[in-house]
Amino acid sequence: MSVATPVRVERYATGGRALLVIAIVVVLGLISGPFWLSSEAMRLVVEFVCLLAMAQMWNLLVGYGGLVSIGQQAYIGIGGYALFVLANQLGINPFLSVPLAGLVAALFALPTSRVLFGLSGGYFAVATWVVAEVYRLLVANISALGSGAGVSLTAMLAFEKGTRESITFWLAVALLLATTGGVYALLRSRLGLALTALRDSDVAAESQGVDVARIKLLVYVIAAFGTGCAGALYFLNALRISPDAAFGMDWIPLLFFTVIIGGIGTIEGPILGTLLYFTLRQLFADYGTWYLIALGLLAIVIMIRFPRGIYGELATRFGWRFFPVQRILRDP
Amino acid sequence: MNWLDTVIQGTLLGGLYALFAMGLAVIYGVMKQINIAHGDFIVLAAYVALGIVAATGLHPFLVIPLAIVVFGAFGYFLQRTVLNRTLGSDILPPLVVTYGLSIVIENVLQQTQSGDPKSLKLGSLETASLPLGGGLAIGAFPLIMLVTAIVVAIVLEIVFNRTRLGMAFRAVSDDREIASIMGVRDRRLFGYATAISFAVIAIAGVFMGIKFTFSPSLGPNFLLYAFEAVVIGGMGSFWGTLAGGIILGIAQAVGFALNPGWGILAGHLVFLAVLLVRPTGIFARSA
Repeated sequence: MSVATPVRVERYATGGRALLVIAIVVVLGLISGPFWLSSEAMRLVVEFVCLLAMAQMWNLLVGYGGLVSIGQQAYIGIGGYALFVLANQLGINPFLSVPLAGLVAALFALPTSRVLFGLSGGYFAVATWVVAEVYRLLVANISALGSGAGVSLTAMLAFEKGTRESITFWLAVALLLATTGGVYALLRSRLGLALTALRDSDVAAESQGVDVARIKLLVYVIAAFGTGCAGALYFLNALRISPDAAFGMDWIPLLFFTVIIGGIGTIEGPILGTLLYFTLRQLFADYGTWYLIALGLLAIVIMIRFPRGIYGELATRFGWRFFPVQRILRDP
Repeated sequence: MNWLDTVIQGTLLGGLYALFAMGLAVIYGVMKQINIAHGDFIVLAAYVALGIVAATGLHPFLVIPLAIVVFGAFGYFLQRTVLNRTLGSDILPPLVVTYGLSIVIENVLQQTQSGDPKSLKLGSLETASLPLGGGLAIGAFPLIMLVTAIVVAIVLEIVFNRTRLGMAFRAVSDDREIASIMGVRDRRLFGYATAISFAVIAIAGVFMGIKFTFSPSLGPNFLLYAFEAVVIGGMGSFWGTLAGGIILGIAQAVGFALNPGWGILAGHLVFLAVLLVRPTGIFARSA
């Protein structure tokens, strides 16, 4: 595209270079984690990374792709169960099975999209939920998958506890890099430019030559893959799976709250949201129902008063951009 | 196994699902929004009815008029104070806000009512039935439930097609901006739509409370049944929604007769099949 007046295209804003330093420190710190973290702490980090990965994928789907799904637990569950089938029944290395489980989830996403993609808006949203319920009920009726009671990951017995924990932990670091880093790389690519255009207006994007239907399908499949990997790692860490845990409705508020409270349509938002969710959960989960009531009210208030979420508000106020995915046009 | 009996029972159960669905169809028809907390409000209505029965000793059926008024007013208030703030082209705010409401209602009920299953008692009517001959019989209560659904469909058809209010509803549904230029006060109108939806929810809640033993966590299931009935029937008329409810009821009854684990699954699969074959619904006015 030709530009009438020359402008300078900048990609870094306040915080952009800071991120690079923070990211290197965090990743190096995490890689050495098994040498200085307790088993308990490692389990928590793995769980955190899984939730963050799911949140990033939901954010990619909803915040950028405009595909408001309340049924991503379908892919958490498919990823989880695929891991158990691959490792327990087919004898494939359980750690290698994690990315394979993500591929299985992506494979399931293709036919599923055919059912769902004819729908728009609220219809699409609730239909994704029905699909997740169908998968839950199907699995609960298959005795080879342990029916409603679920199964244990017996394949992990072959590994000694220390080895098991360390490799699971390193897989989590890889998942963190693959999802958060992957979304970042995706958004900086040509496809990312199309996605950002799509997020702002799909009609305008289409008129600029963006193949909206193809990109939405691509985003749906990528999100299924990432969510499937995260689900597999989550249940690798948990060592046990059941239809209600895998496909249950409890995943929905988690994704809603982390992404929306953190800040939808940004990479930083889900990170902040997941950190906040984890902290709140560690502090207040003992309050059970009151904790959930407060979380529900918080989501309502944030959505109505601060629809850009906490990070979105802070970023607009202070001009922060830790992940430089945008292009800022300045006078030379 | 008697298939005719299964289909009859499914049809009667479909009356309840149609009651679930018509309230959802009202809001979707006027505002193009889906109230994710719809099922939780049905459960809430059952608890409210239970509370009124316990306090006054009235028969559950006599509680219905009171429940309609209380819930209608509540719906109007909720739309004017909260839900009207989520209007717009972005579909995320209404979904998130009603989802938040769903979480809040379920957990408030969990906290105040305990998780023990409850039910509304009908007395002698509960076991009364009409013999059809050939060993078949129709329960009096399920029949009342289906007849109520038909009456609600008739009333909603009249309101939407024969009244000034209905004309305004259809105008706003077609084009909100043009309608407001023509003098339709859309925000208040949305309040009326939600009031009507919640009046139907009140009726649905009482019948659900008699039909099922209920607990606070059932809401999401009822939302899905309501949604499936609306989509199977297709938007455009409440007769379609009624038919959608009955098809869902029969699908679940047949699935359940085949294997107790397949009842709800069969309903979901019929819904997905309709989506694949005819996404606008079986009885949609315009395909």
